[in-house]
Amino acid sequence: MDGISIIFEASLWAAAIRIASPLIFATLGELICERAGVLNLGIEGIMTVGAFAGWVAVYHGADLWTGVAVAALAGAAFGLLHGFLTVPLGLSQHVTGIGITLLATSLTYYAYRIAFPEVTSPPKIQTFAPLEVPVLSQIPILGDALFRQTPLTYLAFVAVIVVAYVLYRTPIGLAVRTVGENPAAVEAQGIDVTWLRVGAVAVGSAFMALGGAFLTMSAFNSFYFDMVNGRGWICIALVVFGSWRPGKALLGAILFAAFDAYQLRLQQLAGAYLPYQLFLMLPYILSILALIAMSRRAGYPRALMIPYRKGER
Amino acid sequence: MPSESTQPPNPANEIVLRLSGITKRFGPLVANDAISLDLHRGEVLALLGENGAGKTTLMNILFGHYVADEGSIEAFGEALPPGSPKAALARGIGMVHQHFTLADNLTVLDNVVLGTEPLWRARSRHADARAKLARLSETFGLLVRPDARIADLSVGERQRVEILKALYRDARILILDEPTAVLTPQETEALFATLKKLVERGLAIIFISHKLHEVMAVSRRIVVLRQGKLVAERRTAETDRHELAELMVGRPIPEPKVEPIPVGPVALALKAVTLAGEGHPRLQEVSLELHGNEIIGIAGVSGNGQGALADVISGIVKPSNGSLTLFGQEIHHFDPAWMVSSGVARIPEDRHAVGVVGDLSLEENVISARYREAPFSKRGLIDWRAVRDFATRIIADYDVRCPGPQAATRLLSGGNMQKLILGREMARDPRIILANQPTRGLDIGAVRYVHQQLLKARASGAGTLLISEDLDELLTLSDRIVVMYRGRMSAPMARKDVTIRHLGLMMAGHGFGGEAHAA
Amino acid sequence: MRLEPRTEPTRSIWVIAPLVAIAVSFLVAAVLALIGGASPLSVFAAVVRGAAGTQFALVETLTRATPLIFTGLAVAVAFRAKLWNIGAEAQLYAGAIMTVVLGTGALPLPAQILVPMIMVAAMMAGALLLLGPTYLKTHFGVDEVVTTLLLNFIMILFVSMLLDGPLKDPMGLGWPQSKRVIADAALPKLIQGKRLHFGFIIAIGAALIVWFINARTTFGYEMRTVGFNPRAARFAGIPVNWVMAKTALLSGGLAALAGVSEVAGLKGNLTLDLSPGFGYTGIVVAMLAVLHPVGVIAAAIFVAAMFVGADAMSRTVGVPNYIANVMVATALLTMVTAMLFTRFRLKLR
Repeated sequence: MDGISIIFEASLWAAAIRIASPLIFATLGELICERAGVLNLGIEGIMTVGAFAGWVAVYHGADLWTGVAVAALAGAAFGLLHGFLTVPLGLSQHVTGIGITLLATSLTYYAYRIAFPEVTSPPKIQTFAPLEVPVLSQIPILGDALFRQTPLTYLAFVAVIVVAYVLYRTPIGLAVRTVGENPAAVEAQGIDVTWLRVGAVAVGSAFMALGGAFLTMSAFNSFYFDMVNGRGWICIALVVFGSWRPGKALLGAILFAAFDAYQLRLQQLAGAYLPYQLFLMLPYILSILALIAMSRRAGYPRALMIPYRKGER
Repeated sequence: MPSESTQPPNPANEIVLRLSGITKRFGPLVANDAISLDLHRGEVLALLGENGAGKTTLMNILFGHYVADEGSIEAFGEALPPGSPKAALARGIGMVHQHFTLADNLTVLDNVVLGTEPLWRARSRHADARAKLARLSETFGLLVRPDARIADLSVGERQRVEILKALYRDARILILDEPTAVLTPQETEALFATLKKLVERGLAIIFISHKLHEVMAVSRRIVVLRQGKLVAERRTAETDRHELAELMVGRPIPEPKVEPIPVGPVALALKAVTLAGEGHPRLQEVSLELHGNEIIGIAGVSGNGQGALADVISGIVKPSNGSLTLFGQEIHHFDPAWMVSSGVARIPEDRHAVGVVGDLSLEENVISARYREAPFSKRGLIDWRAVRDFATRIIADYDVRCPGPQAATRLLSGGNMQKLILGREMARDPRIILANQPTRGLDIGAVRYVHQQLLKARASGAGTLLISEDLDELLTLSDRIVVMYRGRMSAPMARKDVTIRHLGLMMAGHGFGGEAHAA
Repeated sequence: MRLEPRTEPTRSIWVIAPLVAIAVSFLVAAVLALIGGASPLSVFAAVVRGAAGTQFALVETLTRATPLIFTGLAVAVAFRAKLWNIGAEAQLYAGAIMTVVLGTGALPLPAQILVPMIMVAAMMAGALLLLGPTYLKTHFGVDEVVTTLLLNFIMILFVSMLLDGPLKDPMGLGWPQSKRVIADAALPKLIQGKRLHFGFIIAIGAALIVWFINARTTFGYEMRTVGFNPRAARFAGIPVNWVMAKTALLSGGLAALAGVSEVAGLKGNLTLDLSPGFGYTGIVVAMLAVLHPVGVIAAAIFVAAMFVGADAMSRTVGVPNYIANVMVATALLTMVTAMLFTRFRLKLR
């Protein structure tokens, strides 16, 4: 096995899709927020909340899909808080977002410690099982990569299509895109800017939480501290990399995940010669490089990070 | 002047809109003071007043952007719920804002359709919308390309989109807020023709302006606002510009007198200055000689290179080609601080965003270009006492109304902010003045003050470049006038050789060779 | 209910806002304590006792406040210029690495020379680490929040790599830790036998220096102007990019000093758990202090007291010490909200 032949292995691509799934959810979520003109740096904390909320619901006997719904609702709740602080109050989206991440993360950890005061090994749940799609899963490489995944992965792909459709083909999508470009245009057409933006942030945050839930309900079967591990920040880079478009963001997430899966395998291959930390650094370095590469071209929403105050003179 | 009512309206002309006792306060400022007025079907009602008289506030209340502190609004006989643009739109009230409310990155069609469909509809019905837009476009002669991005449209085209937005919603009352401020005289005429068609079809229009000749040309009735109060109502046919001017201003304010004086030596010379931009150049081979003791007016529809020219002369950007000479010395080092210390005063276009830092105090603002010089700082340490003395002197000399030199600058009114900027820039007797839209948005008193200062500087030897969209201002103050179009500059013309009509044609590209383009 | 801009200046809110923030965070903590099955009063009492009840507790609080003053200053300086440095964590580690590289015996110099040398080298390392994201911001428009955040993750992996390799302590029994700093590189203790060290004095000094820079120098003026309105600053001829770069150098350098102080003053060596998020907590400290350098000292001591007190409380009352993290995060959000009212007033309708 050498570095090149790995690329043609079905298992690499299967892993890539698996790694990509939480990123797809969270990137979509951030994309929705930013399309509406609100940067959501609460993403890292909201993913943590989602990971915990979904998992703990299932642990206490809820079925898996209920757990997913619980995660989404918990994410939306923090989204509402971020939305309230940044839209009607117009606070700094940078500072508020960091604050939301700190608050969401610490509340989660507190809740975890309250729920499991004295555990030595983290409790486990029965997670989503892979679901083979008949016929399609028989396609060589592609079948293994795409159609033997868990239902949450399929949901992520469906979500991309739905979000893209809503953004570009429906009236509400047009309103969201416009409010990220020029909120005054939305206001002048009789649509409430505050309502629209807060709503978008709440929905986007629900998606972020689904990304977190994927970690505890599909990728692993348990909740660990620091398990989100910077994925949220990577998703912010992916939104830029995807030029604020769902399709491109999906592509970016898969590309990124493929690279991540590839480095894991390369690590096994070359780990004897290079420190493993170098491999672990690659995703973060890649994110920074992606930001630099796209910075000049990026067609960012014009009203991103600019608060809109009705009636301000 | 007491307000007298006009003759009873023709019964056929039903009242479509009635404002009663509208009052709106912003802190201590009473922007609207118990204003009542009626609007009839099929008429153009002009709302005339100086900047700051409360016209825009009143219309923003009508449209639901603001909520009045007192008073009520009735549209078509029913009370209009306050604070809801949605309700206003539903009643058939459309508004064309002074600053267009369009999303630049979206298409014309998207901008028009936005908000007209139920938000939760599963699919936008663009085909129907396209057909309706085409129909309206044709009926009223408002030609636009539905799939063009707003960013690619001219100012005139954008305004057409704004009007179409209202018509698309079947507006029966249309409010236009200073619609001609950004248009060429020819575009203005086209707009008036459109308005005529609209009222013929039964729309009622409120036309907000501070320009007397436009109000006289377009309206049937005129109400005059002054300092938040409705001071008079006239039939257009029964009044004249002279009376209106007096009503609007309230006290006779003499027009500035510009005595011809011999010009001094060349202060600033531009030779074939070119500034590259995305797509087409922002400035293309611009040449100009500015003398001492003269004011050169620069006309043009905004966005035709005036901003770029100001940036170059301010020292913010370096031209890609050509040369700039200050008092015979070519400039190689483009730096704002250097320009200021060489005797260039700069009054920027946007007071709030560029002219001052609102969150800093007045004293901090007056040294923004000079904080590295003695006496304001020595070896990196700021001498706040010297700074405060300087600020106090400017506040006194230029009559800046403020709580003191340590107050936050954003608390100042527009006029006082501009006086502060004037004071800062004029304090060291500049020899070249770059005034970019120096009176935009100011009330008449502040406008006159700015004009006086510019004329005083002219008399004492300074050369001034005056960029303005207000042709009256240019024709009053300038010794010579140039027109900018698509980054190019016409040859200078003496004021006496220039007419408004001629300027308008040039602003639309006539005389710039081949590319004449009536937007 | 809507916000209307204030037309009159107000000063009282600058005092009220931190108090409200603290009050709200205590309120949230009370709810959490109840959920955790403890009476809020007993929790608060235990926190206060643990943070300031004994001389030991007080010393511990000041010791914990020391790195927070540095990171708080780093953030305050950067945020003032609207340079969103969320990377104080990484810059702290950069400083710690330099301390270990120079201070574990490589340079046999007397303390009077070695300690300043380490501090300068560490500040340079931290400064350079922030210069990169700042350059990307000013020249490519890359959001520095994301780049500095990502650098935190890269840095901790880099430290881990060093502790497996060149900086590994051969006597460390395989633990990822560095050799200990030599006596001449160590910061002296302030009180014999207690953990409080000279780093605290340096931190206070740094705060006073930053205060002076802000209030009296042209650089301080430049940072303010650029932070409030970069367009106006550029128009006035203030070299915006250069000011950003200088701000980055100062901010990164200050954060790096936290690393020096923790390694040379307290821990003695570099480990992967040197900082339990001092860089992130620095953001809270800076915001609670309204970005004022002297306020940073008070805010850092308050935040440190919460953490130290909560640690002690969790041992006695049994409520998880993460309650302190929640309180601190709540205080941050309340504080930014309260500061809104320096510019706006709430109008009921």
